Order: sequence, then structure tokens, then C-alpha cells
Amino acid sequence: MTTMAADAGAYEAVFDAALAADERIEPRDWMPDEYRASLVRQMAQHAHSEIIGMQPEANWITRAPSLRRKAILMAKVQDEAGHGLYLYSAAETLGTSRDELLDKLHSGRQKYSSIFNYPTLTWADVGAIGWLVDGAAITNQVPLCRCSYGPYARAMVRICKEESFHQRQGYELLLALSRGTEAQHAMAQDAVDRWWWPSLMMFGPPDDASAHSARSMAWKIKRHSNDELRQRFVDICVPQAESLGLTLPDPELRWSEERGHYDFGPIDWDEFREVLRGNGPCNAQRITQRRRAHEEGAWVREAAAAYAAKHGEAQA
Amino acid sequence: MTAALALGDDALVLSHRLGEWAGHAPVLEEEVALANIALDLLGQARVLLSLAGDEDELAYLREERAFRNVQLVEQPNGDFAQTIARQLYFSTYQELLYERLARGTGPFAPLAAKAVKEVAYHRDHAEHWTLRLGDGTDESHERMRRGLDALWRFTGELFEPVEGCEVEWHTLHDAWLTRITSVLERATLAVPEGPRRGGWAAGAGRQGIHTEPFGRMLAEMQHLHRSHPGATW
Ligand SMILES: [Fe+2]
Ligand SMILES: [Fe+2]
Repeated sequence: MTTMAADAGAYEAVFDAALAADERIEPRDWMPDEYRASLVRQMAQHAHSEIIGMQPEANWITRAPSLRRKAILMAKVQDEAGHGLYLYSAAETLGTSRDELLDKLHSGRQKYSSIFNYPTLTWADVGAIGWLVDGAAITNQVPLCRCSYGPYARAMVRICKEESFHQRQGYELLLALSRGTEAQHAMAQDAVDRWWWPSLMMFGPPDDASAHSARSMAWKIKRHSNDELRQRFVDICVPQAESLGLTLPDPELRWSEERGHYDFGPIDWDEFREVLRGNGPCNAQRITQRRRAHEEGAWVREAAAAYAAKHGEAQA
Repeated sequence: MTAALALGDDALVLSHRLGEWAGHAPVLEEEVALANIALDLLGQARVLLSLAGDEDELAYLREERAFRNVQLVEQPNGDFAQTIARQLYFSTYQELLYERLARGTGPFAPLAAKAVKEVAYHRDHAEHWTLRLGDGTDESHERMRRGLDALWRFTGELFEPVEGCEVEWHTLHDAWLTRITSVLERATLAVPEGPRRGGWAAGAGRQGIHTEPFGRMLAEMQHLHRSHPGATW
């Protein structure tokens, strides 16, 4: 064995021991290249989802039907921008700049959560997104607060707190509609009907078909399988839907004494794959708007850089 | 309450315009900053409109001619430079006005005392960007100049006395002009020339005369609320 190989082996042993002891890996610690690459991929996708996710909800800011709801929605969309900021910063600790990641988003080399390729057609969709989409995100992300990579875990603690506000506000919005006029109730039901299945798809493909799952679990980036998390989400949502006075669009949904969980019907994975492939209702629209905002903002960023260079100001 | 409507509508309408930036800002930090300002203004609007009546009835059920905001705040966003120009003109005015109201004994003193801190941040944000854009690249300088020029005609109206605000409008105007002049000089920009008064088209917002884009803005803002009469949200 050469000295270098022996060193690498020793580093790897330290890394493995840290993982085994449930210790956090920090930016300056040695880590396997694939661990780093896998984290960057996941954090980037997460950050991109936060900023693309602003679009379907921002779609309703200018039409929010009361000033109170308008304030809540604006604050929510602002929170999502903040989440994007934390996550891009966390990814920077692994040596990848925000510009680089945005480039990959804009050129389609990195993805964002497919859920945001569905349209927000009515005001009730804002509630359905809060309740179901933020709800699914929390179910996915709470375990990430214990993820092995320190900066990611810490960003997630902060993010999860805000996501749970969003989830409650979405629920409360739907409750007001459900208890409102007939037209409002119908609007809420229609939104839940459209968002339920896509929300279940947010947990990713079934365990036997998930490409990155096993390794991410070994590295303690991921703590539970896709199917476990999906089941947990269904179990949480069914009683909440009842309290809302709304139904979920699945005739096979029923409590199983035997499993101690709700059984649910088959998910349309063909639809999932189609949306992932770029053929969802809003894929083109979302990425076009993102690119346009970026391109139209280029002169602003150039001006800030030029000013900073002239005046020795630290760059924003 | 004329003054509560005037000040409340200013805040409501500008907040709405800033909300249109969500998802379109040139950089992520500005998504956060513009939303922050929009939220502060919306908060102020809600307090002020509630002094005059029911906030939602006032926001959603009045016709265009009943709004009392200055025309400056209803002007479309344009590019980022024009949005900054609008914010610079308005926040500088609002800060000076609220400082004075906060020192007074009128009904707006408590609100103004709280809001003036928020507005100082809005003005600071606008000044920072005016400097960066004015003294950044040739393109940004030119865009900033155009934004300032385009909105200059709407700035005279800011100093029309508002019934119920006990403020010396002349000195408010002078303080505003001094401040704007100094910022623009530092930003290597000239103070625009051209009329700021006269001609009803620029300066009668307080009397309920607005500009064409405002009707469309209200149509979008009020549509859903009006589609469900009597509903609660
Ligand atoms: Fe988020
Ligand atoms: Fe959220």
C-alpha cells in the first residue's frame, strides 16, 4: 500500500466512524467525493424547489381575497425565497456557488420538485399547497434535521419551523373555505382533488425503484425510505381531511387494523415519469419565467458588481 | 377620515405593486427585500384603513374614483430601476411625513412612530440601489435616469396638503428635495427637470382621479373578492 492510499484509508475510517457514531460531518472534514456530490445534488434540487415553488403561489398574491390572507401569502412566498437562500449557502460550504447551481437549473441539468409543475387554478389551490405540499415537504424534511451533514441539518431545522407555519395556514385557509359558502366549499374540494395524488408523488418512486435511496440511507443523508414517509403522510392527512370536511379522491382509502395504517390506492407512476420528463402542465412555463427573471436581472447584478468594484464595497 | 384613506391607500397600492415582483426579482436577496417592504406597507395600510372603516370593504369594494392614493404609487413597476425610482421618491416622502406625524398629537402619531422605523429601511434600501444603479454600469445609469425622469411628474402631488395631517407641507417639500438632490448627486445622476404640477393628469390622485393602469390593477386585485359577495375568507 502506498502512503497516499494508506492516508485516504485512514480518512475514510474517521468518516465512517463519525457516521456510525451519529456525529455531524462539517465542511472542513474529509468526505468521500460521492458523498459530497450526492449532497450537492440533493441540496441544489431542494434549493431550486424553494425558488420555483414561489411561482405557483405568487400567482395569487395580486388576487388574494382579503388583506389578511394577502399578508399571509406574501410572507409565505418570502419565506420560500429565504429557504432558497439558506440552502444555496449551505451548498456553498461544499464548494459549489449559487451561480453555478442556478446555471444548472436554467439549463435543465438539475431538477426541482415536480409538484411545482402543476398549476394553481383557483384561490383554494393556495390552501391545498400549504396543507398538502408543505405538509409533504415537512414529512420529508423533519428527518433531514438529523442528516449527517451539519450545514444541511442546521438549515433544515430553521426551514422546518417555517414550513409547519405554512402547513397550518394552508389548513386554516381550506377550513374557512370548507365552512364558507357552497361555492367556496366546492372550490376547496376541487383543489384537494387535484393536489392529493401529486402530493403523494412528492415522496419519490417506490422503494424498489428508487435510484439513490440505499446509498443515501447508508450515509445518513436520508433516514427513512420513500414508502415509509409516504405512508406516514397519508396517516396524518386522512383525519385532517375529515376535520376539514373534505374528502380525499381515493376510493381505496381505508384503515387497516392489521397494518395499523391507512391503505391507499395505486399511484399513477406514468404521470409522475411524464412530469419528471418535462411534460407536466407547467414545466416549460416555470423554467421560462425563472430564466427570464434571471436574464432580465443581469444588468442589475452587473451594476451591483461594478459599483462594488469602484467603491470597494463587499458584494451582496 | 380623509387622511386615513389617503395614507392607507398610498400604502395599500404601493404594497400591491411591489407584490407583483414576487418570482420576478433580479436576485434572490431582492425577492426577500421587496417582499419585506410590501409586507410593511400592507401592515400600515391595514391599520390606517381600519381607522376609516372595514379594511376589506375599503380595499375590495370601492370603485377607482373613490381611492385617495397619490398617482405615483399606482404607476406600473417598469424595470427594476423604475421600481427603485418610485420607491426612492415615495419612501423619502413617507419617512419625512411620518417623522412629523409621529411628533404630533394627531390620531396617526402612534402608527407613524412605529412605521417610521420601517420606512427608514425602505428609504435606505432605495438609496442603496439608486447609488448602485446610478454609479454602476452605463446601462444601469441610463435606466435609472429614465426611471427617475418618467416618474418626476408625479412627485409634485406628494406635497398637496392632506386634510387631517397637521404638517407644514412647504418645509416637508424642501426637506424632500434636499434629500433627493443629495442622493442623486452621490449617484452621479441629475435631478430631473420638467413640470411637477399643473394638468390634472399628474396630481389629482387625492381627489380620486387616477391613471389608466390603476383600473386594471384594481380589477385584478378585487375580482375574486367581488365574485363571492358576502363570503368570508
Ligand atoms: Fe420552503
Ligand atoms: Fe413552505
